Amino acid sequence: MTPDEPLLPNDPLGPDDGPAHLEPGESLLDGDRLPEGRETSRGPGPLSAAGRASALVSPPSMYGPDLSQNIFRSPKERAIGYLLGACAIATIFTTVGIAAVLVWESVKFFAEVSPWQFLTDTAWTAQIDGEHWGIWPLLSGTLLITAIAGVVALPLGLAAAVYMAQYAPDRVRKWLKPSLELLAGVPTIVFGFFALTTVTPLLQTIIPGLQVYNALSAGLVVGLMVLPMVASLSEDALRAVPRALSEGAYALGATKIEVIGRVLVPAALSGIMASFILALSRAVGETMIVVVAAGSQPKLTLDPTSSVQTMTAYIAQVTQGDAPQGTPEFQSLFAVGLALFLLTLGLNVLANTIIRKYKEAY
Amino acid sequence: MEPTSSPAFNPRIEARQRASALWATLLLLATLVGIVVLVFLLVDLVIKGGGRLTGHFFTNYMSFDPDRAGIKSALVGSLWLMLLTTLIAVPVGVGAAVWLEEYASRGRLMRLVQLNIANLAGVPSVIYGILGLTFFVRFLALDRSLLAGALTMALLILPVIVIATQEALRSVPKGLRESAYALGATRWQVIRSHLLPVAAPGILTGVILAVSRAVGETAPLIVIGGFVFIAFTPGSLLDPFTALPLQIFNWTGMPQASFRELAAAAILVLMVLLLAMNGAAIVLRNRFERNRPR
Repeated sequence: MTPDEPLLPNDPLGPDDGPAHLEPGESLLDGDRLPEGRETSRGPGPLSAAGRASALVSPPSMYGPDLSQNIFRSPKERAIGYLLGACAIATIFTTVGIAAVLVWESVKFFAEVSPWQFLTDTAWTAQIDGEHWGIWPLLSGTLLITAIAGVVALPLGLAAAVYMAQYAPDRVRKWLKPSLELLAGVPTIVFGFFALTTVTPLLQTIIPGLQVYNALSAGLVVGLMVLPMVASLSEDALRAVPRALSEGAYALGATKIEVIGRVLVPAALSGIMASFILALSRAVGETMIVVVAAGSQPKLTLDPTSSVQTMTAYIAQVTQGDAPQGTPEFQSLFAVGLALFLLTLGLNVLANTIIRKYKEAY
Repeated sequence: MEPTSSPAFNPRIEARQRASALWATLLLLATLVGIVVLVFLLVDLVIKGGGRLTGHFFTNYMSFDPDRAGIKSALVGSLWLMLLTTLIAVPVGVGAAVWLEEYASRGRLMRLVQLNIANLAGVPSVIYGILGLTFFVRFLALDRSLLAGALTMALLILPVIVIATQEALRSVPKGLRESAYALGATRWQVIRSHLLPVAAPGILTGVILAVSRAVGETAPLIVIGGFVFIAFTPGSLLDPFTALPLQIFNWTGMPQASFRELAAAAILVLMVLLLAMNGAAIVLRNRFERNRPR
């Protein structure tokens, strides 16, 4: 915790702000000290004779002694301040806990499997013979799903954002936005069920010979899952562009789509990019859809019709199985978790940096 | 002098207007894709699972006989999980938000906490599961109990609650704070009697949305090892439990069509629960926006 000064920064009745501030040497306060910890609704307390005298001498003291110091520094107020601060610190402990668990357990894994193998081997046979521990098949599975999701979510999400920000009349927007929020609120296990039992059979009628578990179906549905996020964040970015810019373009004779394509979208580009990256980060971290619909074969492939396993799906699979604690197979879940954590963290930091650095100030 | 127009100047107004109108249609169609999928998904679920929504589906426990299997333990488990997660996450989340908005100086610690919360919100849920497995299930030896599940879920939704509460507190007019301080209220009095009541609908909306996320979340429960075959409802915090998403996951993975129907029925129950919560949040938000003091 910080000392008292930062705790009460803009304290309107702070000891140094009020006109009624007394010098520490003055005796007035001692006689009138309120019982500690007791709140008061009274105004200035009864003044001693000395207090009245000093009030005549120095005008600021006519408001009475500075009782705020007693109230604001009372044990109760301090305790509440520290308690709330502790809540905020708890969020930091969550991050520290995640990092500590992942790093600590990964170190045990890397004692058995060299990091070099982890980063360069192109096969992952943890559950077959435990000889190959290369992250690439899991990473390629993740990236393949994310790429398919991106192809669906980014254009459709941006289009929805443009439509809602520029075209939709108020009454259409009024039900369009809650509907998209509803889509965002659908649990991922439901999307997984949808991918496996509806989208895959549908795709199989178009692509004969498509496996039951495939990256395409899972990726498409992950895309639908993150679409509302792109739409909502991009719409905010588009709305933040000042009207004067688009009105200037209209005044020069541009049509609506020209204004959108050449003025609005470029002006909101940093926000739109950030929304894209955040959505891709969500797709990377998505678990249930890929567990249910993409299968469980770690395969180094870019073929969307084949079955793949993502990093998240591997974590879920290991914890569901009976791998005993302490075996490389069990420890590997932390190494994969660490890689996943770093990947999503990197994407999130990148998005935040884009927002901060390239934000156009109007 | 006659107005002259350069022969090179050809605005092609009509063609450009046509292109613009075409784009308007395309954008509308793209927007509708999400909505159409949502409707399709819901109708699909009703067709697949509607027939399984009988009375004993709610009162029976899990069974290998699809005609006798029910969701009693899963539904009760989910409701318990929801209650406990709320009780753990809301005080801490609101407390952290109040500290950030009302106490913290704009110093390094506050920036660190703020950045940290933004990043926590982007951590995949399966990672929270790993934390829960290692810390709550193993290290604190809570085993695969209701409490371990609720603590994991609480950590997961904590950032959402903090961010929503911060926004609600920021929308409280500054004059309200200042007039309360001017009357001599202490910091805690201002927070308790002015800020929290005025921000309550906004906070509540955020809490409902966060908790509904926890109710639908599956991955952390799989990672900490939630059970599926539980033929009783939890009687204490340390009892093992199952939850609706786990049950759905289990049924989805079974090859027989009858279990898929059960999964669809259980999804319908889950969706109705979530729709009710989301609906409440939307109503609250509308009321909040209407009655907000300015």
